[in-house]
Amino acid sequence: MSFHLSRRAEPGNPWFSWQYVRDNSDTILAALREHASLTGRAVLIAALVALPLAVVAYWYRGLAGPILALTGVLYTVPSLALFAFLAPYLGIGAVTVLTVVVLYALLVIVRNAVAGLNQVPPEVRDAAEGMGYGRWARLFRVDLPLALPGILTGVRLATVSTVALVTVGVVVGRGGLGQLIFAGFQNNFYKAQIMTGTLLCVLLALVLDLLLAGVGRLLTPWLRGRSR
Amino acid sequence: MNPVQQAVVWLNDPLNWTNPGGILDRLGEHLSMSVAAVLLGCLVAWPVGLWLGHTGRGGGLVLLISNVTLAIPTLALLTILPLTFLGFGRPAVVVALAVFAVPPLLANAYTGVRQADPEARDAARGMGLSGGQVLRRVELPLAVPYLAAGFRTATVQVVATAALASFVNGGGLGQIIRAGFGLDIAAGGGQIIAGGLLVAGLALLVEGVLALVERVVTPRPLRRTRRAANRRAADATAGA
Repeated sequence: MSFHLSRRAEPGNPWFSWQYVRDNSDTILAALREHASLTGRAVLIAALVALPLAVVAYWYRGLAGPILALTGVLYTVPSLALFAFLAPYLGIGAVTVLTVVVLYALLVIVRNAVAGLNQVPPEVRDAAEGMGYGRWARLFRVDLPLALPGILTGVRLATVSTVALVTVGVVVGRGGLGQLIFAGFQNNFYKAQIMTGTLLCVLLALVLDLLLAGVGRLLTPWLRGRSR
Repeated sequence: MNPVQQAVVWLNDPLNWTNPGGILDRLGEHLSMSVAAVLLGCLVAWPVGLWLGHTGRGGGLVLLISNVTLAIPTLALLTILPLTFLGFGRPAVVVALAVFAVPPLLANAYTGVRQADPEARDAARGMGLSGGQVLRRVELPLAVPYLAAGFRTATVQVVATAALASFVNGGGLGQIIRAGFGLDIAAGGGQIIAGGLLVAGLALLVEGVLALVERVVTPRPLRRTRRAANRRAADATAGA
């Protein structure tokens, strides 16, 4: 991806410029698309890995400590260091970025999902067992639906922080909008480019968050009366 | 030679430690940057958080600040701030890092004061303490575990984020990783991993030391609440 700058007509170095956005709409859209697709894939993969982990931590209490501790240590490791560990093996490219952001999103989702599952009232669990639900049936019909608010909180937090984290992917040349921001900094500190990248990042996080909040409302109709 | 062996070789070379711009220089930069950012964050966040907690207003504001800063990429702030009146160099980097230290400090100061036993507060009022005295003599000591937990979360986060200062040539240990990427992935692999080890090691070390400090500064009777404070600190700052 190359970031061609054109700043005819507009003098100086404005913080925002429609001229820049118009002239470079292709580049901007490509960066936005890459950013959104990296975020979407990362959250999806993280959720698919995190949910079984959370269920394992819920079923086998002894494993809850180690699973949470491991994800906690992963979370303390700075993102740049994680890139440094993975890049020599996974190479320069999208796979490295994806792996790093998935690892971070994992912790957030696991932690919230475990909290959500642990909040299922014991009476409800007993009642389900009394009605003859087996372990799996109870999981899918009782535990998971009741833990859904916690899981969704985790997914929303993970999504918002993933949008911000993808920008660090600049270090391996696949930072989505981060690429735009960084190029703006290198191209004589072109403020409009930096600002456009930043605003789109924040907007993307906001839109995805609202989208997930909407999905959450659709999935948990029984909470709707209460939250108001 | 695989990259890990290369990293060991790189770390074993004394010149890589003592050269100008070597590990020791970078470590010094990293630490001074982080300390300045955390201090700045504390100076701003603690008074505001304690005051908001004391008056019981602004809970929504605290939440809003945490959520908004979660969505702002570190890279964006690091590149935007040098272009403002702050100018290029250390001050801009320190301010950018401090911005990310504020949410955990603020949220914990606020919760720390809010969770103070209302009966203790009432008793202090009844003894004739003024609002400011209640805050200083009752609520503040009771909030110490929360303040310590927030301090730990914020510091670890700043130390981790300071690695990104290398994107704007702000120095710090991240510079070693960036320089490694600047070579070639095959030639620089060892240096990249070595830099990663240093950055990660520093973050984990700071986390460990501060966990100890947190335990020491928490008065014995309050140690029970420490776990809860930690959990809240984690919740308030999920995401980096």
